[in-house]
Amino acid sequence: MAKELKGIAASDGVAIAKAYMLVDPDLSFDKKTIDDPDAEIKRLHDALDASKSELELIKSKASENLGEEEAEVFEAHITILSDPELIGNIEDKIKNDTVNAEQALKDVTDGFIETFEAMTDNQYMQERAGDIRDVTKRVMSHLLGVKLPNPALIDSEVVVVAHDLTPSDTAQLDRKYVKGFITDIGGRTSHSAIMSRTLEIPAVVGSEKATTAIESGDTVIIDGMHGIAIVDPSDDQVAEYEQMEKDFVAQKAEWEKLRDEKTFSKDNVHFDLAANIGTPDDIKGVLDNGAEAVGLFRSEFLYMDASELPSEDDQFEAYKKVVEGMNGKQVVVRTMDIGGDKQLPYLPLPEEMNPFLGYRAIRISLDRTDLFRTQLRALLRASAYGKLAIMFPMIATVAEFKKAKAIFEDEKQKMVKAGTKIGDDIQVGMMMEIPAAAMIADKLAKYVDFFSIGTNDLIQYSFAADRGNEKVSYLYQPYNPSLLRLIKKTIDASHAEGKWTGMCGEMAGDQTAVPILMGLGLDEFSMSATSILKTRSLMKRLDTNEMKKLAEKAVTEAETNEDVIKLVHDAIK
Amino acid sequence: METRDFHVIAETGIHARPATLLVQAASKFNADVKLTYKDKSVNLKSIMGVMSLGVGQNADVTISADGDDEKEAIEALADTMKKEGLSD
Repeated sequence: MAKELKGIAASDGVAIAKAYMLVDPDLSFDKKTIDDPDAEIKRLHDALDASKSELELIKSKASENLGEEEAEVFEAHITILSDPELIGNIEDKIKNDTVNAEQALKDVTDGFIETFEAMTDNQYMQERAGDIRDVTKRVMSHLLGVKLPNPALIDSEVVVVAHDLTPSDTAQLDRKYVKGFITDIGGRTSHSAIMSRTLEIPAVVGSEKATTAIESGDTVIIDGMHGIAIVDPSDDQVAEYEQMEKDFVAQKAEWEKLRDEKTFSKDNVHFDLAANIGTPDDIKGVLDNGAEAVGLFRSEFLYMDASELPSEDDQFEAYKKVVEGMNGKQVVVRTMDIGGDKQLPYLPLPEEMNPFLGYRAIRISLDRTDLFRTQLRALLRASAYGKLAIMFPMIATVAEFKKAKAIFEDEKQKMVKAGTKIGDDIQVGMMMEIPAAAMIADKLAKYVDFFSIGTNDLIQYSFAADRGNEKVSYLYQPYNPSLLRLIKKTIDASHAEGKWTGMCGEMAGDQTAVPILMGLGLDEFSMSATSILKTRSLMKRLDTNEMKKLAEKAVTEAETNEDVIKLVHDAIK
Repeated sequence: METRDFHVIAETGIHARPATLLVQAASKFNADVKLTYKDKSVNLKSIMGVMSLGVGQNADVTISADGDDEKEAIEALADTMKKEGLSD
C-alpha cells in the first residue's frame, strides 16, 4: 500500500528510485568474559583490517568522485586505525581484563574521546573526538557483523533517506547515483536544502518520519516541487509522476531558451538576475543558468573546508578563479561570516548563550583585524582580474561600516604604493540584515556603494525567531508588511543617494516575493542558480507600473503575511 | 640515539594534516621515535599521542629516534617538518 509523507519542498524536480537508508545500525553488544585472549585479539585485528580496506576503498571512490579534499578525512581515519598506542591499549585490555574485543574497544576509545573532549579550549581536538567515534563505529560494525552505511560506495540509482544530512554526508554523495533525498528534520534554508538546490537534486526536508516510515529498498517518489514523498507507489502513481518529471524537464527546456537573454520586465525595465555561490566550482552552474552576475560569494566556505586558516595566496586563487570565470560580470564577495551556526575547528570561539546575537561575521573581522586584512589583500589582488565588489556582513551601525571601510582603504593604499595591480573601481557595500541598520539606511547609504539585503537573517532578527527552531517556524514570514517596510526603506534610501540595492536571501528567487520586490524597485536579485531562469520567465510577464501599485498595497494596506500572498495571487494569477 | 630540537612556527601548531603526515613519515622507520613537549613524551608513530600533546605555535619540541635507522628517521622527519611549514 502506498504511503504519503509530507515535508518541506527543498529543491525542484521529481525522483523515483529505491531507498538508501543513511541511518546507523544497532551497534549495542554485551560485555563478556573470554577464555582465549589470543583468539579475541585476532578477532580485533580482523575487524581492524576489514575497516581499513573498506576505508581505502571509500577514500579512492571519494577522491575520484568528489575530490582530494573530501577524501582526506578518510586518510585521517586510516591513520587512527593504524595507531600503535590505540591498538596496544585495546590488546592489553583484552589480555588483562579478559573481556571481549567489543568491550575493550569501547573502553579504550571512550578514554581517548573523553580526553579530547575535555580540551575545551581547543575545538580542533574536540572535533577529532568525532573522528575517533566514527572510526570506532566502523570497527564495531565489523566485530558485530552488521553493515554500516557507506554513502561514498553507492553505485546504483537511489533516493537517500536520512535523519539529517551533514556537510560531510553530502560531500560523499555521488550526483550520478543520488537521484533525490528526504530527511526527517531541516527547513528550506537548512544546510541539506541549500545543498540540494546547488546540486540540483530533488529533495524534501523536514518530513519528521522518513527514517521510520521508509525501509531500505522501498521504491520512493520524491516530489521536490510540492514537498511530498510517496513510498511503495502504485503503477498509476509512478506513471503520474513520470509525466510530472517530463513536464518539469520540458518546462526547464522552455526556460533554457532564456539563458542568453538579459532580464527585462514586460515594459522593458532591466533587472539584474544574479546567483549565490559557495565555492569556485559553482561557477559552471551559474553560467549554465544564465546569471548576469554573482550577487553573493560566501567566502566562509574557504575557511570551513580547510583544516587551518586559508593563506592570502589560497584565498587569492579562489577569488581570482571566480572573477575570471565570470568574464567581466560582477562578483560580490561577502567577507568572512563565521560564528552563529558556522564554527571553525582551528579558530576556537567561546561558547555563547546566543551565538546568532554574538561574536560573528564583521564583529570578528573588526576584532581580529589580522584575519580581516589577509582577506582584504587577497580580494584586492583578485580585483585586477575582473569586476569584483566587496560587502561586509552583519553591519549594525555607521561606525562599524566606517571602521571596516577604513581598513579596506588602508590595505588598498598600501597595495597601490607597492605597485600591486588592482581593479579600478571596486565597489564596497554592506549586507542589510539587522533591523537597526535598516532603520538608518538613509545614513548608511551615504557611505556605502550598495546594499545587499540578506533576508534569512533579516527575518530572523526582525521576528526574534530562530530560523532553525521548528517550534517558532510560523514566524518565518517573508511577506509580512513589517519586513516589506524594512526592505522598502532600504531600497528608497539607496536610490536617494544614487546607490543600488540587491537581495541575496532565499526570498529573491521566491515566486510570490518577486512581483513585490520588482514593484519596490529592487535592482539586483541574487538566488540559487537553479531559480534564475524560472524567475526571468516570470519577470518577462510582469509590468513594473502594475507591480508598483501591488507593492504599495502590500506595504500600506495589508495587515498580515497571508494578506500579501493573496494580493500577489489576485494580481498575477 | 639521535635527537633534534624544533621551534614550531605553524599558526595552528602540530594539528590536522601536518600531524598525520608526520606520523606517516615516522611509521616508515624501525627506530622508536618520540616527540617531546613540555617534559611529556609520546610515540611519534601514534596520531592520538601526537594530537594529545596539543602542540601550539611557538612551542619548542624535541624529536628523538632510537634504532638501526635512527639517523635516516631524524632526517626524514626534519624534512617533513620543514616541508609542511611546521618549523623553519
